[in-house]
Amino acid sequence: MKECIRLEQVSHIYMPDSPFEKKSLDQVSFSVETGEFLGIIGHTGSGKSTLIQMFNGLLHPTSGTVYVNGCELHQSKESRKNARRSVGMVFQYPEYQLFEETVYRDIAFGPQNLGLSPEEVKRNVLEAAEIVELPEAVLEKSPFDLSGGQKRRAAIAGVLAMKPEILVLDEPVAGLDPKARTRVLEQINRLHQTTGLTVIMVSHSMEDVAKYAKRIVVMNEGRVAYHDTPREIFQHRKEIEQMGLSVPQVSKLVQQLKEKGFDVDPYAVTVEEAAKTILMCMEKKQ
Amino acid sequence: MIKDITIGQFFPGDSVIHKLDPRFKIIFTLVYIIAVFLANSLLAYTMVAVFVFGSIFLSRIPVKHTLRGLKSVLFIIAFTALFNLFLTEGEPLFSIGPVTATKEGLRMTLLMIARVFFLIIGTTLLTFTTSPIMLTDGIESLLKPFAKIGLPAHELAMMMTIALRFIPTLIEETDKIMKAQTARGADFESGNLFQRAKNFVPLLVPLFISAFRRADELATAMECRCYHGGQNRTRMRVLKAGSRDVFAAITVFAFCGLIVWTRLG
Repeated sequence: MKECIRLEQVSHIYMPDSPFEKKSLDQVSFSVETGEFLGIIGHTGSGKSTLIQMFNGLLHPTSGTVYVNGCELHQSKESRKNARRSVGMVFQYPEYQLFEETVYRDIAFGPQNLGLSPEEVKRNVLEAAEIVELPEAVLEKSPFDLSGGQKRRAAIAGVLAMKPEILVLDEPVAGLDPKARTRVLEQINRLHQTTGLTVIMVSHSMEDVAKYAKRIVVMNEGRVAYHDTPREIFQHRKEIEQMGLSVPQVSKLVQQLKEKGFDVDPYAVTVEEAAKTILMCMEKKQ
Repeated sequence: MIKDITIGQFFPGDSVIHKLDPRFKIIFTLVYIIAVFLANSLLAYTMVAVFVFGSIFLSRIPVKHTLRGLKSVLFIIAFTALFNLFLTEGEPLFSIGPVTATKEGLRMTLLMIARVFFLIIGTTLLTFTTSPIMLTDGIESLLKPFAKIGLPAHELAMMMTIALRFIPTLIEETDKIMKAQTARGADFESGNLFQRAKNFVPLLVPLFISAFRRADELATAMECRCYHGGQNRTRMRVLKAGSRDVFAAITVFAFCGLIVWTRLG
């Protein structure tokens, strides 16, 4: 597999030489492969948000190097500009960055800044709106008249309209109701599967990460604690719980069943997988 | 870039200076400002320097950190220095093209630089060593005598507390929105003045909206807890002057007296 982002020994210190000095990243090295769905999990203050800001040069590492598509990021302004173009960044609560008079114009802000022609801008905006299922009637409304879920989707569309190769999402469903959560996550996943877009998602919810991500990076105190598939990672239940995180409830369930002597697959991480292995176990018994 | 602003920032600690009564510290700062403006000789400025660096030493704040506050006014200092140097009339020193630097101009420039330098360093020390809450408590207490002539001392102090409380929040918010819009290709650093002003719209609109939202939420939260002004309120921390404050007052007034003496002598 080709890699699109690589971090080498990246460290970052916030506000150096002040009493608020804080080492937020400590010798972080890993890479992201093209076309993968990567989950990043970690406790508050573990360095997740700092980490993702390294991906498009919004923050500079205090030491170490970041490569995007083989280009070193901090070499020149040009490479940062390219990185901002190829890495789309959806921050936490992205609806707070809406500012235009209509949803359409807000979504068009990114592509316009890229210097695309009016036709291209229009095509990108309509495509992005379709991906996040915003009906055309909504596009002419003021973004401040939308519902919470619609605002969130409009803001995500604003990033998608720039046609990034890599999409980074920081807690994309925080503060949404369950229905809106599934909807947003499903849209992202569909996009990932149909277009092969690389997705990096930061999340608190182990269930969401286990369901969608193929690989997971677990951050703890500014370091990468684990970098593996969900099935492998959630085997380290004790260690993960010590970091103030949890494993998906179903993982906990099948692991405890296994400890009690039932013949289930302890690697199940989603409800579907767990249901399947428990049913099989029950059938065998009968 | 936004994080370089140190004026108004509190630097936690428990040094002698931190522990002084905020009311005294505010008065000291006023006296100090007067002293800096009175100083006009090398001797006087040496005394100011000794006083200010002595206080910084006592406060245990790294000198480097206090100097950071100067960064934001460097341009203004340089600008006025140039004007002072070339536009003061007197004995010519050297000339570049049509403008001539004068001896008097040089003197004025050095005086002005020293003045601004000590003013900023000295006054930032107040906010560095006094938490915003203590500061407003001090101001409220100092303004209380004026309540008789209709000055809403408590309300003013409350407004200041809230304003100060929200400075870091708004800075953080600005930083966040700036990053988000930069990620969408917004450019805050290039273009001419008019373009730049226009480029700030994507930052200012969300910032204002969130500031209003926060204000609204805060007002509701305060009303829910039956807040209604300063009448009959008691305080959790009652300000009390101690021997430390008296001692500091003697030092500060002695210092001011010395500066006055340099002018007389």
